[in-house]
Amino acid sequence: MIKVGIAAYGITPFTTDDKKIESILFESAKSIFENNSKIEKNQIDAVLVSTNNNSKYLAPILSETLGIQPKTAHSIENLCNSGTNSIVSAYSYIASGLADVVLVSGAERYDSPGQILDWDNSRGEFKHPIFWASIFTSSYKRKFSTTDEQLAMVSVKNHSQAQNNPNALSKKTYTIQDVMESKKITEDIRLLDCSRSCTGSASIVLASEKVLKKITDQPIWISGVGQKTISAGFTKNQSFHSMESTKYATKTALQMAQKKIEDVDVVEVHDAFSVCEPMALEAIGMAKPGEGTNLVKNFYETKNLKINPRGGLIGCGHPLGATGIAQTIEITQQLQNNAQKRQVENASVGLVHNMSAAATSSTILVLEK
Amino acid sequence: MSFEEELSKGSFLIPECTVCKKLVWPPTEFCDDCMGKTRLKEGNFQGKIIEFSKQNDDYFCIVEMESSFRIIAKMTNEPQIDQYVKISKCGINEGNYFFEVS
Repeated sequence: MIKVGIAAYGITPFTTDDKKIESILFESAKSIFENNSKIEKNQIDAVLVSTNNNSKYLAPILSETLGIQPKTAHSIENLCNSGTNSIVSAYSYIASGLADVVLVSGAERYDSPGQILDWDNSRGEFKHPIFWASIFTSSYKRKFSTTDEQLAMVSVKNHSQAQNNPNALSKKTYTIQDVMESKKITEDIRLLDCSRSCTGSASIVLASEKVLKKITDQPIWISGVGQKTISAGFTKNQSFHSMESTKYATKTALQMAQKKIEDVDVVEVHDAFSVCEPMALEAIGMAKPGEGTNLVKNFYETKNLKINPRGGLIGCGHPLGATGIAQTIEITQQLQNNAQKRQVENASVGLVHNMSAAATSSTILVLEK
Repeated sequence: MSFEEELSKGSFLIPECTVCKKLVWPPTEFCDDCMGKTRLKEGNFQGKIIEFSKQNDDYFCIVEMESSFRIIAKMTNEPQIDQYVKISKCGINEGNYFFEVS
């Protein structure tokens, strides 16, 4: 299998702006060519677009707008997990020898149709993500005797860390009391426990080993890939207090990278809601079951940025198709020592966790210098 | 008769495989195990509360039906984990299924 790495990236601020999907896709992709003079447009073999937007033929549209005529151009939709699914597809094209250089661009608008999975009628009238998040939270609190205040720390930490990320939606810090007193959405979820759907785009260029070293001085390698789909329907999740798909995907990815979780220096986990962060940390093996909130508290109090240094989905906002790519860009910047105020010292191995629809499916990427 | 035709009339029937007898959920014409054709089974089905939360005055619960599959249903009175319930109301509203248990 051909070795695959990350050559370049571009990202827009995450906002609530009302912009056309084509325009925001173009914004992040354009910046790659503006900021990386060694990457030629005619080197791009494939253009993959990650989005839940209903607009058609977006990858050929992006290609034409950029003045590219790739061999392959198509969209990938997989709800919130679309971004890393697209990266895995790009990885596969390159690893198999079908392509040498692939541009992956993800974008979403604040009003994305990907927020609601209409098909999942088992949820009855409770199809909005706040309902699965409430069930996860209720189940997690019941199983591990966790309090709302302990979970609120996730939001406090991630809004705080987002202040060092100029592209993040959040421009404010909050206290535990602020989170607890924010609007009660359900008995178990408050407004500040939620990531916010927003407008944003992120792009990344992947390349084969033989090309990568010619087009970047700071290559970052994708050394591990793991994916698992349990179901499409939320109610078929095996557990409501742990992320089973994430456990499977992590095992596969770490095995492929020949790493242990202890080797990982920095992680991006999919904190769509407060409870998701401890659940993800437990599923990837960074914390024992029920102890994820202790880790979050400890890292916040010691100003350790190892978990979600860019501010997570709660701090950054969650433009669905762009999120997994933005997470991967963050880990790339960390490993390149380019993360500025968010930099985790001496980071050489990073992990990305991206998931869809209440962890019915998950993707894990392991990245290395 | 289809599952949705019956549901829209307020009847909760469960598709069962005519070959392996497995209860098939979500409702489809064919079994997800043996691919056999399904038929709708009538009955006074039993559910068990697995988890719940609350919004405004109503509870929403994960209910495991016939020890087989799970749905989210509304409940007016405070549920208890492992409590046995039956579907008291169901239907389709603006394209969405709805279930109520008591």
